[in-house]
Amino acid sequence: MKPNEMIDINNILNDLEHYVPRRQGWTWRVPMPNIEMNGYVYQDLSQPLANSVPLPAAKYFNGIDPQPKQVITTEIASGRFEDDIRRMRMAAWHGADHIMVIRTAGQSHFDSLIEGTPQGIGGVPISRKQIRAQRKALDMIEDEVGRPINYHSYVSGVAGPEIAVLFAEEGVNGAHQDPQYNVLYRNINMVRSFIDAAESKKIMNHAKILQIDGAHNANATAKEAWKVMPELLVQHAINCAFSEYAGIQADHIALSTVPPTAAPAPDLKINLPYAVALRDFFDRYKMRAQMNTKYMESSTREATVTHVMNMMISKLTSADIQSTITPDEGRNVPWHMYNVEACDTAKQALVGMDSLSELVTIRTDGYMYDKVREIKERAILFFEELLEQGGYFQAVEKGFFIDSGIYPQRNGDGIVRKINGGIGHGTIYERDHDYFAPVTAHFGNNNTIQYNIKEGQSPSVLIGGCSFEDRSKIQYIDELDMEDNVNVRMELTQKYRTGDIIKPEVEWLGDGTLVVDITLPTDVRHAEAAALEIGAKMNLKNVEIIHREILHPAEATRIQLKGQFDFDIDVKNLKLSKIPDTLSDAEISDFFKDHPIKIVAGTIGEDEHSVGLREIIDIKHGGIEKYGIMAEYLGTSVPPAKLVDAAIEINAKAILMSTIISHDEIHYRNMKKVVDYAIEKGVRNRLIIIAGGTQVTPDIASAQGVDAGFGRGTKGRDVASFLVKRMKEMMIHEN
Amino acid sequence: MDKNQVRIDDFETRRKHLENLTDDELKALFWRLADQAVQPLVELAKTHTSPSIERSVLLRMGFSSVEAKIIVDKTIEHHLMGKGAGHVVYQYATLEVLPIREAGLALMRGEGWDKVMKAFGVNVHEAQ
Repeated sequence: MKPNEMIDINNILNDLEHYVPRRQGWTWRVPMPNIEMNGYVYQDLSQPLANSVPLPAAKYFNGIDPQPKQVITTEIASGRFEDDIRRMRMAAWHGADHIMVIRTAGQSHFDSLIEGTPQGIGGVPISRKQIRAQRKALDMIEDEVGRPINYHSYVSGVAGPEIAVLFAEEGVNGAHQDPQYNVLYRNINMVRSFIDAAESKKIMNHAKILQIDGAHNANATAKEAWKVMPELLVQHAINCAFSEYAGIQADHIALSTVPPTAAPAPDLKINLPYAVALRDFFDRYKMRAQMNTKYMESSTREATVTHVMNMMISKLTSADIQSTITPDEGRNVPWHMYNVEACDTAKQALVGMDSLSELVTIRTDGYMYDKVREIKERAILFFEELLEQGGYFQAVEKGFFIDSGIYPQRNGDGIVRKINGGIGHGTIYERDHDYFAPVTAHFGNNNTIQYNIKEGQSPSVLIGGCSFEDRSKIQYIDELDMEDNVNVRMELTQKYRTGDIIKPEVEWLGDGTLVVDITLPTDVRHAEAAALEIGAKMNLKNVEIIHREILHPAEATRIQLKGQFDFDIDVKNLKLSKIPDTLSDAEISDFFKDHPIKIVAGTIGEDEHSVGLREIIDIKHGGIEKYGIMAEYLGTSVPPAKLVDAAIEINAKAILMSTIISHDEIHYRNMKKVVDYAIEKGVRNRLIIIAGGTQVTPDIASAQGVDAGFGRGTKGRDVASFLVKRMKEMMIHEN
Repeated sequence: MDKNQVRIDDFETRRKHLENLTDDELKALFWRLADQAVQPLVELAKTHTSPSIERSVLLRMGFSSVEAKIIVDKTIEHHLMGKGAGHVVYQYATLEVLPIREAGLALMRGEGWDKVMKAFGVNVHEAQ
């Protein structure tokens, strides 16, 4: 796989039947305390990547891409696993090393494994073929970025143990497993859920799959999210204790913990004591810091700020895994760019808060102590009453969980499930004395003595080893549905797979979806109607408003709409901008040694920006002075005529004008003024006029009559290279 | 709303017995209670099985998900879940001296159940 080529999905699907995952089990990042990058010493980083996309500002820091020590999660599941593979590659390049695949709606209630590759709704149907393809792709991607990638999905529903076997066989590295999730949110019979869970956990332990619990859902479900704090501790404890009895090692048990509230509530005041209480009680386990999603609406900015606040708590306390919820999750099944944004948000925030524990400590007295203690005591009281009621099942029957009161307060609105109810009720069977299962990693009573199995020996010896010892026993099913599968879908989008024909895309190749961001000078109702009209006039199909924001009740409303752009773009007919052919430092220096020149430079118009131009000129920023060019810097807000007059006065070869303010196209008009004045003075032919600025488009600048325009990201070397080439052309003309 | 389950916050009165515990004692108590809460659940899991558990056993024994589902459904029909579906297949393979997969596929087709039931001492007529 080459970085400049799209991943070949057909190649991944080819010969999947024989693909063997390269490893089992979870992998943590390799911490690199005291690593130095670009002169900074970091405390909380891990090994850098071989290939990655750094943060946008990295170009000012020699392109460094510091990687936090926390594993970073991203959830990718658009319904088409083949397109998700491409997004996984994007996310990996932006720092994700824990890829979580959400299951299709309804898989929890599917009473077996799903086989083949049907399209999903709100997630992906998890099947052997789909997992194997994605694991194979991730094996390639992890080689490309140079860091192991953990692959993750869910061991829940009424087929939990089978899914656990599938995950163990296919090298899945992490999984959600929490019987309480089945009970409370999927209405699966509670007795069945716990019996299945023990087997699932035993299997997960065998494959060293990291387990993440499901307690965070209480927060997202409860009416007043922060009030479930005592109960969250109880839910975490039930799953942790039960998991250890089922054989999972403490270091493979992770809590999924969410800061329960968000601004405009006083976020830290409520969330920080909770985070401390939790970590005090659960210090034996790993922490997967999840983001608050409870209050997430359509503003991606608002969600991002909440998430950064959440990461402050991760840094102040601890997080082994930092989850990233995509900031568009409140309005659609996440799109490519939001997975990437979320990964960047995590990387930026965590790296920005490097060494925080050396700078500040959390107080252990006053309000902090009282609150931490109160949360713990409330959780203990919850447990005490749960036991008084007869145990976990009875407490669920009486609606103890997800009540909106802060325990022991109760509002009587908890989720009620019946011991003799729910999906899968009546499907458990008592094991007889001679019950037996000839396999590895089986939980509970297993009468192996009747077959003379020795202590410490797996009962699978009776059948020559099970699939956990002998992969050749795995039965691979390719497809069961000849209409609904990846081959049919790939056929329909084939023309987009070569890269010759392209279309906008947010989740699926060729989906055509784009977003238009519009500000309209009216109220919300009128703005919505106007935006739909604008979308229609832009020839977009299926136009839908996905976000509205009041800038002022009467003055303006911001609308984001999505629609489909239903045209193909043929790449071979595109007019590409020229790639600037930059010369080497030596070539440039040699030229100016033989042909010394002076230039004048300044920011024109009523514009006080100076940083960009100084960077182009100054020797200490690698500017053109280092090639021996003498620069006369006139400062900021220089009138156009003054630039030309100064050039004449010192006999300069070139003018470098900087122009940042672009309001009403003033920057282009000023370029034209300089050019016109040079013509008027009769010096245009012997002067090279160059314009630069963050909002400068080279072609438009050229149209104003300047020799060259340089936009964002230009370096001194680009400008110097142009000067050399232009001067050589002028010398040919002169001769 | 279930009015019987409504209660005002009586934390201050309820917590009296916790008041004098140290933080470490509090933590130890929390985990003791957690242990008490899960013990009966663990016991239940040790002594029971389910269709999914038995299908997971058959997957490990070398059957596909489609095959495993049918074999477990038939195991339920023949009242043999208490023995274990994997056990049923193993028993039949031993009785007929067949490879495991062949024994399982025969059972899947409905063959051999009488023999298996007899071997386990389950009354065929009562069961059916």
